[in-house]
Amino acid sequence: MPQVTRTPTSYDVCIIGSGAGGGMAAKILTEGGLNVVLLEAGPQVHPEKDFKMLTWPYELAHRGAGVGGHARENFTEFLAPNGAWSIEGEPYTSAPGANFQWFRSRIVGGRTNHWGRIALRFSPIDFKSGSRDGLGDDWPITYEDISPYYDKVESYIGVFGTKENVSSAPDGVFLPPPKPRCTELLVKKACDKLNIICIPSRLAVLTRSINGRQPCHYCGQCGRGCVTGSNFSSSQVLLPPALATGRLTLVTGAMAREITVGSDGKATGVSYIDKATRTEQRVGARAIVVAASACESARLLLNSKSPQFPDGLANSSGTVGKYLTDSVGSDGWGTVPALEKMPPHNHDGVGGMHMYIPWWKFDRQNDFPRGYHIEMGGGREMPAVGMFDTLCHREQGYGALLKQKARQDYGISVGFAGRGEMLPNPDTYCEIDPDVVDQFGIPVLRFHFRWSEYELRQARDMQETFRAIIETMGGTYQSKTRIDGQYPFGILEGGKIIHEVGTARMGADPKTSVLNSYCQAHDVKNVFVTDGAPLVTNPDKNPTLTIMALSWRASEYLLGEAKKGNL
Amino acid sequence: MNSDSPSNNSSNEKSANAGISRRDVLKTLAIGAAAGSVLQVIPAEAAEYVHELVRAEKGTTPAAKYTPKYFSAHQYATLIFLCDAIIPKDEHSGGAVEAGAPEFIDLLTSENEKFQLRLGGGLFWLDGFTSDRYGSTFLDCTPQQKVETMDLIAYRENARKDHSLSQGVAFFGLLRNMTCDAFYTSKIGIADLQYIGNTSLREFPGCPPLPSET
Repeated sequence: MPQVTRTPTSYDVCIIGSGAGGGMAAKILTEGGLNVVLLEAGPQVHPEKDFKMLTWPYELAHRGAGVGGHARENFTEFLAPNGAWSIEGEPYTSAPGANFQWFRSRIVGGRTNHWGRIALRFSPIDFKSGSRDGLGDDWPITYEDISPYYDKVESYIGVFGTKENVSSAPDGVFLPPPKPRCTELLVKKACDKLNIICIPSRLAVLTRSINGRQPCHYCGQCGRGCVTGSNFSSSQVLLPPALATGRLTLVTGAMAREITVGSDGKATGVSYIDKATRTEQRVGARAIVVAASACESARLLLNSKSPQFPDGLANSSGTVGKYLTDSVGSDGWGTVPALEKMPPHNHDGVGGMHMYIPWWKFDRQNDFPRGYHIEMGGGREMPAVGMFDTLCHREQGYGALLKQKARQDYGISVGFAGRGEMLPNPDTYCEIDPDVVDQFGIPVLRFHFRWSEYELRQARDMQETFRAIIETMGGTYQSKTRIDGQYPFGILEGGKIIHEVGTARMGADPKTSVLNSYCQAHDVKNVFVTDGAPLVTNPDKNPTLTIMALSWRASEYLLGEAKKGNL
Repeated sequence: MNSDSPSNNSSNEKSANAGISRRDVLKTLAIGAAAGSVLQVIPAEAAEYVHELVRAEKGTTPAAKYTPKYFSAHQYATLIFLCDAIIPKDEHSGGAVEAGAPEFIDLLTSENEKFQLRLGGGLFWLDGFTSDRYGSTFLDCTPQQKVETMDLIAYRENARKDHSLSQGVAFFGLLRNMTCDAFYTSKIGIADLQYIGNTSLREFPGCPPLPSET
C-alpha cells in the first residue's frame, strides 16, 4: 500500500501547473499577500544546464538529431526541455478515426520554456464572433474587459511590435521591433502587390531592457531557452518574483490526481502523486487554481468525483472536456531565386519571425468563417539535420554536383505556417477513458476529434495564399498537398499546433459553461481554471497572451474575494 | 574562407564565424545581466558550467581511430567509401568523412532499429547486388563498377524501370540524407554554406542591400 502523507500546512491557494496560466496566478497571488503552494508534475528547469543556447550542432554527438535520430522527425534536441506528444507511462487514447495528438510539458514553466513567443491580442470581434456569424457562442466578456490586462501583461513580459491599426490585430504596449530579414522584406514586397497586410510581428522578446531583464542578443535561438531571460518564460519571468515574496512553495514532481471536496461542497485541497517517492500526498488550500493545460485540467476535474459531484467537479453542465479546439495548421514553402544573390550575412535575429501576416480578409465574404494569420521563416538559418532532405529528394545523385546544389540552395527557402480558427464541433471533445489508467493509476483521457469542412476550406485558402506569395516573389512553390487523404490541403492532425483550448469554457449560463467570466467555477466557488480551458473560442491568435491576461484578471478577482472573506 | 584549417582545429571552441568562443559570449552576457534582479539570469560560473557540459558531450571530432558501435569493420569501410562519394572534398571544402559522417551514422544506427534494418540491411543488399553482378563485394569492385552501381541506386527512376533496384534506391536515399545531415552540421559544412551567426549582437543589422542595389 502506498503511504499517504498529509501535509500539516494548509495554504491560501493551491495552483496546479506552472506554465503561462499557473505562473501568472502565482505571481499575482503571492504579490497580493496570499500563501501559495504550486504543484508541478515535472522537475525544475535549470537554464544554465538545460538550455543549449549558442551551441553548435557539431558540439553534440547527435548533432541535434537526438538519440537514435528520433528528434529528426520531431523537435530538435536543441530545444529547451519541452515535453512531447507521447510520454512514457502516461498514455491517452483516441476514439476510432480521431488521432488527436496531445502535447504535454512536464517541467517548471511548462511550454513557455520553448514556445514561439508569438504574443497576439484577440480582437474585439473575436469575443462576439458567435453573434456576428451565428456559429457558436460569444464570450461573457468583451475586449474592453480584457484590454487593460493585455496592457499589464505586455508591459510586464515585454512584447515588440508596431501600432498598425488593423482591426483583426489590435495594437498593444510594444517595444520597438527588430529590423526585417531579407526573406521578410521580399515577402512584404510581394504582399504589397497582392494587397495582403504584412506587418512587424509581435513576440515576447525584449528588444530593450525592461524590468531588470537584458535585451535580446539576436542569436535566433529562443526555442532553445534563453540563459539571459531575454525572452519570456514563466520559469524565468513569473516564478522568480513569486518566489521572492517568500510566500510561494513550489513542489515539483507532483502529479495532481484529484481535487478533494468537503461536505459543504467546497474544494478542500489536492491529492497528488509524489513521483520521486511514488507516494500519495495531499495538500490543503482554501482555493484551487487549476492551470495544468486545457485537457489536463479537464481530466483533473472529471477525475474529481464525489457524492456531491458524481460527474466530476464543476461539471453540472456536462461541458467539461467539450468545446475542444486546436488551431487549424497548414504549412508550405518555396524557393526564391532572388535570395541566391544575397551575400552571406547574419540572418539570425530573434528566435522567430520579425514580420507576419495578420488576418487580412476580414472585410469580405470568404468560403469559410473566421480567419487565419500567416507566420514565416526561411533564409540563411543555422544549418540543421533534415535541412537538405528535400534537396536530396529533388536532385538525387551524389558527389560534387550534389554539394554544389546544396550550396546554391542554402538560404533561398521561404516557409509559411498558416494558423487559423477552428470552430468547436460536437464530435470533438475529451472524456475519461473507462478502461485505461496511467502509471500513477489516474484514469486517462480519450479524445474525439474531427475537422469540419470550415477548417478544410481554410487550409485550402492558406495553401493558395502561400503559393501566390511565393510566385509573386518570383519563386517556385514546393509544397504539394492533396485534396483528400489524411492531410487534405496539408492540414495537420488536431493537437499538432499545441493550441488546444476550450475544455472548461467560461460563460454567463451555468447550464452551458463551466466557469464564470472570472474563470471561477459556477458550481464550486473556490475553484478557478486559468489555462487555455476557459477560452470560449480559439481565434487565429496564439492563445498564450490571452491565457496570461485572463489569469491576471482571475487572480485579481480571487484576491478581492479572499480579502472579502469569500473563499 | 575555410575555418577548418589545421590552425583552427587546435582551438575547436572558436566559433566558425566570429573569433570569439561560446564561453566568451556567455560570460559577456552574464556580466551584462542586471544586478539585484529577482529574475533568473545566468551567473558567470553557470555560463562556465554550460560550456563544460557541452564539452562533455563533445561530439564527433573525426578521429583516426574510431571503433564502430554498430557496423562490422567491413560494413564500416563500405560506409566510409559511400559517405565520401556522396559529399566529396572539392575546391571549397573537405568531404563528409572528414566531417564525421560515418561516426554520426554509426552512432544513430546503433540506437535505432529502423536504421539498423535500412542501413545495416542496405549494406548487405549492396554486397549481394555486386556479388551477383560482378562477383565481388562492393568494396572489391573496380572503380568503374562502383560508379555503375551507385549510378543505379542514386536515382528513383531506375527502380521504376527495374524493381530489383528499389531496396538499393531506398537505402541510398536514407544514407544520402544522413550524410548531408552530418556534413552540413559539421564545422566544415557550416563554413561551406557560409552561414554567419550563432553569436551575440547588440543590434540586429537587418538585411544588407541586395548586390544590384549597391
